[in-house]
Amino acid sequence: MTAVIEPGALAPDLALIGVAERARAFCAEYVDGRAGDFERDAWIPAEVVAGLGAYRLWGAVLPKAVGGTGDGMEAFGDLHAEVGRACSSVRSLLTVHSMALHALERWGNAALKLRWREALIEGNLVGAFCLSETETGSDARSVTTTATPVADGFLLNGRKRWVTAGQIAQVLLVFARTPVGVSGFLVDADGPGVSREPVTELLGTRASMVADISFDDVFLPREQLLGREGMGLMLAVDALDIGRLSVASGSVGVIQAALDESLRHAAKRVQGGGPIFDHQLVQRLIARMSVDLQAARLLCTQAGRLKDKRDPGTINATCVAKYYSSTAAMRAAQDAVQILGAVGCGPGSTVARLFRDAKIAEIIEGSTQIQELLIAEAARQEHATRQR
Amino acid sequence: MLDSVSQTARSFIEPRLPRPVSDDEDFFALGTVNSLFAMELVLFVEDSFGTTVPDSELDLANFRTIGAITALVHRLSNTAGAVQAS
Repeated sequence: MTAVIEPGALAPDLALIGVAERARAFCAEYVDGRAGDFERDAWIPAEVVAGLGAYRLWGAVLPKAVGGTGDGMEAFGDLHAEVGRACSSVRSLLTVHSMALHALERWGNAALKLRWREALIEGNLVGAFCLSETETGSDARSVTTTATPVADGFLLNGRKRWVTAGQIAQVLLVFARTPVGVSGFLVDADGPGVSREPVTELLGTRASMVADISFDDVFLPREQLLGREGMGLMLAVDALDIGRLSVASGSVGVIQAALDESLRHAAKRVQGGGPIFDHQLVQRLIARMSVDLQAARLLCTQAGRLKDKRDPGTINATCVAKYYSSTAAMRAAQDAVQILGAVGCGPGSTVARLFRDAKIAEIIEGSTQIQELLIAEAARQEHATRQR
Repeated sequence: MLDSVSQTARSFIEPRLPRPVSDDEDFFALGTVNSLFAMELVLFVEDSFGTTVPDSELDLANFRTIGAITALVHRLSNTAGAVQAS
């Protein structure tokens, strides 16, 4: 009698494999070869979003000890690098979701955790991060959205811009001004008074389902305040720290993809009697990509390990990783387009998509220039310490 | 006798400041540290003293001075001790 192997019987046991391995399996099943379609459609299909849940990737920012599905922040970086290699837009969903889930775990009260934590870990609900406004970007102190105290809670009014996953998210991490100062709230995106407007024709991460979100007299029970009133800046820094590691790691994935595409093309494209890989000027570009890949990966690993140790140095290490990885991704994507030439500029070009996505990585979660300010200040402090 | 918590906190904080500060001096008011530093302070307290700063204590007032940080650590230690003893 012939043994029959049931469908799915050979699939990996998700309870036994690590988050990075689950990420690879998820990408192989749901994303590899489809990122161009996602970008063209400016949409990530529902089955891909569900696939992140099937592979238990939504909750990876939280350790298993608190009900999460992660293996620590170093592995969190590996996850975002792998998904970033396959598609920056999909990675961006994990970025903002992780920021919201981390904020809930770190700053939320018991009632709020009971209401939303499990659903966010499982991916039954998607989270998003709402800080930017028309006149508010990196300077979180300048938010104009207001949360006015009323009986038993607050009334939220204002408009947030450039909200990644804003078209589909159900739980929003929103920063608003109260009489005490900037404060953080979790908001039900499907509640009364919340409206969304899709943002289209973005330069990059076009499938990240960005929206502008307006709040019109949205009542927030007091339990939806995170931490305490006036602690919003610290809360934003904390969430952005998670986002920066995600973007840094996703940029590692972009460099990997650019290198893969460059090597594939350089091996088969013949000019001057041989493959263009044989040209030393092409090899120089490849070499720089390869070194950048290794350096960026090491910086992300360092930032993740310091997070796992709860070492205060992780804040600066994450800025360094984000700064280096995102700028290196831009270099790599630019060089990959150069190596592929006209093919790299044509419709449906993978490297053109990488180029567009890399530029976004240089801007979000603190632009390159903001990272430079922070890194320079940390260097000054370290220097002063050594001089004493 | 010098408080070892206070000394540990001072050794972490003062290198970030342009000049030494007294225990009750608000070093955020010096204008040379930012909100990133506030988050580093939370991690420093948790890492150095083996404690978790609960939601109810995540108030900037607990991190503005070396004295406030010292008081916070002692408060958290007493709470942990009380829990262990019960």
